[in-house]
Amino acid sequence: MPFVKAKSQKHDYDVIVVGSGAAGGQSAYALCMDGAKVLMLEAGRRYNPATETPMFQTPDQAPLAGVGTPQKPFGFYDATVDGGWEVPGEPYVRTSDEPAGRFDWWRARMLGGRTNHWGRISLRNGPYDFKPYSRDGLGFDWPIAYEDVAPYYDKVELLIGVYGSNEGLENTPDSPPGCLLPPPRPLVSDLLMAQRAKRLGIAAIPGHKAVLTRPLDFTGSPARLHPGNVTAQRILAEDMRARAPCLWATPCGRGCSIRANYQSTTVHLPPALASGNLDITTDAMVHEVTLGRDGRADGVSFIDRTTAKQQHASARVVILAASACESVRILLNSRSAQFPNGLANSSGRVGRYLMDTVGSSASGQIPLLESLPPLNEDAADGDQLYVPWWLYRDQRAGKLPFARGYHIEFGGGKRMPGHGTAAGMQWLTGGTYGVKFKQDVRRYYGSFVGFDGRGEMIPNEHSYCEIDPSVKDKWGIPVLRFHWRWSEHELRQAAHMQRTFAEIVDAMGGRIHGPVQSDGAKAIAPGGSIIHEVGGAIMGSDPKTSVTNRWCQTWDVPNLFVTDGAVFASNADKNPTLTIMALAWRAADHILERMRRKEL
Amino acid sequence: MDRRTSIKWVLAASAAWPLSGTYAAQAGSALAGRGYGTDPNLLAVYHPGELWPLTFTAPQRRLAGILADIIIPPDEHSPSASSVGVVEFIDEWVSAPYPASQRDRPIVLGGFRWLNEEATRRFGKGFSSLAAAEQNGICDDICEESRSQWRDAARFFALYRDLTAGGFYSTPVGRKDLGYMGNVPLASFDGPPPALLEKLNLP
Repeated sequence: MPFVKAKSQKHDYDVIVVGSGAAGGQSAYALCMDGAKVLMLEAGRRYNPATETPMFQTPDQAPLAGVGTPQKPFGFYDATVDGGWEVPGEPYVRTSDEPAGRFDWWRARMLGGRTNHWGRISLRNGPYDFKPYSRDGLGFDWPIAYEDVAPYYDKVELLIGVYGSNEGLENTPDSPPGCLLPPPRPLVSDLLMAQRAKRLGIAAIPGHKAVLTRPLDFTGSPARLHPGNVTAQRILAEDMRARAPCLWATPCGRGCSIRANYQSTTVHLPPALASGNLDITTDAMVHEVTLGRDGRADGVSFIDRTTAKQQHASARVVILAASACESVRILLNSRSAQFPNGLANSSGRVGRYLMDTVGSSASGQIPLLESLPPLNEDAADGDQLYVPWWLYRDQRAGKLPFARGYHIEFGGGKRMPGHGTAAGMQWLTGGTYGVKFKQDVRRYYGSFVGFDGRGEMIPNEHSYCEIDPSVKDKWGIPVLRFHWRWSEHELRQAAHMQRTFAEIVDAMGGRIHGPVQSDGAKAIAPGGSIIHEVGGAIMGSDPKTSVTNRWCQTWDVPNLFVTDGAVFASNADKNPTLTIMALAWRAADHILERMRRKEL
Repeated sequence: MDRRTSIKWVLAASAAWPLSGTYAAQAGSALAGRGYGTDPNLLAVYHPGELWPLTFTAPQRRLAGILADIIIPPDEHSPSASSVGVVEFIDEWVSAPYPASQRDRPIVLGGFRWLNEEATRRFGKGFSSLAAAEQNGICDDICEESRSQWRDAARFFALYRDLTAGGFYSTPVGRKDLGYMGNVPLASFDGPPPALLEKLNLP
């Protein structure tokens, strides 16, 4: 009985995993496949992508043509359940509402968390990204190097399925043979962008995305991932065989009922459950890690949301994988005589150094793409091509006014028409209506392109969270209060993004829509809005200045681990999810080894 | 809706949220119990009026349809806006308990009022009773914001055109009008036809 109610939980679990997303799913998978008994606690409800995903539903079948609302911020058909930047009954506090000084906290209360809806972009951090302080004196080095994580990037790519290519570019790692699936064919707009960007010295290459462009290698990969473990190989082979490749339709953000992309609920949890070693309790809102007399974690306290009753679960090891800020919240709310300022917080660093990704966007209209013949351009739902950071040399030479890089995510094509397809076109049409308007919409449909810059934020002292002294959520759990500030590095980088987008649109023979923001404070998206929040329990090599060691193990409590984005010591421009999974798997292997040696 | 589009919506909308001060995010429960909630059934088919009551009176519905069809009339490719449910869609939109709708509602209802007042001023009767040429005459004066002397009316017309087009191109008829070929399962994705790439001088 893998899904268990609180009262049916057993008492001899090896590991409790708090959270079921990228970190929780990967942690539980790696532990269960190697025989550990795991209890997973998820704050949200049970969720079944096979029966709940609106695969081919169209906007006319949804309220308001499916546009986003505060209750469904990414659109009606987005996979997110009970989530968003506002969760009813679960407030948080921000100290500023200024666009450049606010932090908005995204949460998803559902099995699988935000992996059900995420963008599936799966980039490796490069060698530079683990040693940023050594390169420019800003931020922190990680206590690990690319070489430490690379084997786990390989494993995660093989397990979840990531398409991409090896280009041999600086700080943009290649994968070993057989790790990546072939990338999809680019669209007309992709090829035009790549051709014109190249003239500016900017290289566009295939994106890396967790979408199966062909079936997984279920005959070879299981043995590569679980050498010597015949049971794990058999379970994984069966599960990989059951995942269908992409059918080249329907947006990934809705989730995927045929399991063609990665979400924890379709990739990590099914084999972990099939191992017989995983129990999952949903609607379990963990708020505290409890300490035994020996100073070790002896379990967690949680509220059963179905009964509003306080419950406790125990295990030899506790892993927090609740998402960076929620894990921080649990630590800070776990106060005791030994840890009056929150558990594992003898350094005072819990909650510090929150980071998001620097985001800035622009769109343009490209005459060359007007009035093209009908084409099916659903493709891989975007990210066929992207632009990795290309100015390392200029940055090293001190020619740029900001220290770190960004990549560009690009989109275009004849997407499924919807509410925004013909909106706001006065700047092109001069305000037509009637038959002429219909002709204009046909002419311009598919001729728009969009650019999203995604850049590295350097951790700073002014961006952090703490427990608010008075506000509690509907369960009575004290809530987080966020402080946020960008540095000049991020603001100037955002302005640079704007200029680059304008140059590329110009090179494509097009027109940029709206002003090109030269003021970084106006160009930058609010903190938290890119939903790449990491930090808050950073790993390091010194217990005085970091919360965990190189194994995601808290310095203060040896059997307490944090495997989500909270441990990131820097936030490279690369989207964090692949790195979260690689670190979680690495930590799980370490835990298994220590358990075998009876050290945990 | 892709992530980019929706993020823009969110940013635009969040700037308009009537929340301020240190405890801003606490006000997230302002919509509790209203709207479709945070866990709606995604597989059901929804119709305007099912989730929240509609607004338009019979004369407003008539005006809404006339104006929608001025913006999207029938042509050789597709029928008119009102024939595919756009009036009901706009009624649903202005009636919804969400920030974007609450922002747009007074603009639409105020715009209807303005149209009738302007029609009465020019021709001595309501907009719906005018001849097509008279209606077009008024629309010509407000169809582009940058050159209209009636700023609010022009803002209304721009919004109403967006809503009309949003409702229309979201339907099967609208998708067909634009030649949309997707949302069907494919065994493989082969990319653009080579002849097209050659024509565009693309590799």
